[in-house]
Amino acid sequence: MSEGAGAGEELSDRQKREIAVWFLSNAPAGEINYVAKDVRALLGDDAVYEAAAAEAFPEYNKAHLVSLELPDRSGDIIITPYGELDKNNYLDPRTAQVATVDHIKQHCTKLRPAADEELPSAYIEEYRNALDIELSKYVGEAYPKGICAVYCSSGKDIEGPGADFGLVVIISAARRSPQNFCNGSWRSIWTLEFNDGSQFVEIKGKIQVGAHYFEEGNVQLDTNIDCKDSTILQSPEDSAVSIINIIRHHESEYLSSLEESYLNLSDATFKDLRRKLPVTRTLFPWHNTLALSLTRDLAKELAIGK
Amino acid sequence: MEAAMDLMRRMPPGRAETALNALLSLLPDHSLDLLSQVDLPLQVCMDKESLKEYILCEYNRDADSYRSPWSNKYDPPLEDGTVPSEEMRNLEVEANEVFSVYRDQYYEGGISSVYIWEDEDEGFIACFLIKKDGQGKRGHMQIGSWDAIHVIQVGPEEEGAAHYCLNSTVMLSLTTDNKQSGTFNLSGSIRRQMSMTLAVADGHLVNMGRMIEEMEGKLRNSLDQVYFGKTREMVCTLRPPPEVLNMRLPDS
Repeated sequence: MSEGAGAGEELSDRQKREIAVWFLSNAPAGEINYVAKDVRALLGDDAVYEAAAAEAFPEYNKAHLVSLELPDRSGDIIITPYGELDKNNYLDPRTAQVATVDHIKQHCTKLRPAADEELPSAYIEEYRNALDIELSKYVGEAYPKGICAVYCSSGKDIEGPGADFGLVVIISAARRSPQNFCNGSWRSIWTLEFNDGSQFVEIKGKIQVGAHYFEEGNVQLDTNIDCKDSTILQSPEDSAVSIINIIRHHESEYLSSLEESYLNLSDATFKDLRRKLPVTRTLFPWHNTLALSLTRDLAKELAIGK
Repeated sequence: MEAAMDLMRRMPPGRAETALNALLSLLPDHSLDLLSQVDLPLQVCMDKESLKEYILCEYNRDADSYRSPWSNKYDPPLEDGTVPSEEMRNLEVEANEVFSVYRDQYYEGGISSVYIWEDEDEGFIACFLIKKDGQGKRGHMQIGSWDAIHVIQVGPEEEGAAHYCLNSTVMLSLTTDNKQSGTFNLSGSIRRQMSMTLAVADGHLVNMGRMIEEMEGKLRNSLDQVYFGKTREMVCTLRPPPEVLNMRLPDS
């Protein structure tokens, strides 16, 4: 296809790879494989394509919080920087296992128990585990296909009270329905800073929702919001309950605000752009445009006459 | 080309221009096909003579200049720029005038332009363009834009009737951005075709106008009901609203 590109402007392999990476990274949720197929066909150069895929897939998987089934079918692992040990190895904190993933094929190849130094201390694990239990309950209720995990982001070796540490809550829910030309994803990342000095937990959340409908068209929803909150640092169980309550509250609020945006969209926003009917509330009088131009001429003459 | 068009319906609509440029550099041999099949948001220019704005597109471009439908002049000036025949130009002047009234009644603002030129086989082609940017006078919309491109191919008149083939694209983008509800962007484009054979007794403009009006109504309705509805449905599938959950779990 790109053979004989001629015109003296043949792209270098590097430029081709950059373009390929750009297309792959901009793939909507659940569609990178379709984009990859197109890109491969367009490039007509497998070496360039493979270099681009090796660069783009890991970033895409992490950005979209892609979840993969563990090889022993004990659950799913989320691809996120918080669980990344190295490029192909990811920690599943719930089962304390490390999965080796193939980013491009998007599946796990191997599974091994995590080493002690890869896991948080017993003290941190108590908080992490309590939060994971509450989180799983909440996600099970609120998301029909939600996957979630709690990671330790800082201070994982702390043995007891007296120091700060951080946990991260990840929720990822994706729906793929290519036969209905529709895909979508909900991603939440909640970072929790357990501050020993102030005895408070600072909570920061980022929620991203995307949806793509492309039957005879291409329409995409792309939304995100940042939230902030805090709660008192308590026992692992009590902290977990109050943190998940806060997350549930913010996420429900956000869902309502999305619903509201949709309602406003039809009622007001759309009307601002184009009305359903003209201001006259009747179809446009195409057959009578002569009258229109006569009125205009008259108006013009009157204006000149003034 | 097939792969290129599939990519275009997957890339974020807001990045269509970058995507098209990337495809053009990958497929220089297909640039004509790409430019005619991929629509981008419309650009606007000011006619310095009539001080009226007009829309730029492939149909009023000659070299690097664009012809204004108001003054019939190219900017930057072109000595031998192609202009429509007198007959076509008369129709074009009338169409621009009538279409701006139509545009004002439906869009309460915006910019429109109509370009008409002879076709090879005795008929002609007319391109009707509308661009509307909204700033939310009703308070909700922060940034919104609607770009419509209607290209009608009109066949030669035979026994008092002519064949009309309309290709329409609407590109729409709506963004709300505030602290409370975050950033909300819904954007996209749809393209449809409509063909009709109609009596020319009332003139071509009446027929073309009615077809465009019907098409715009359909496109608007599809975007509103079907396309936006489907993305909304998707959000509710991902995280069903509490009413739905409560039905399933009466105790929560």
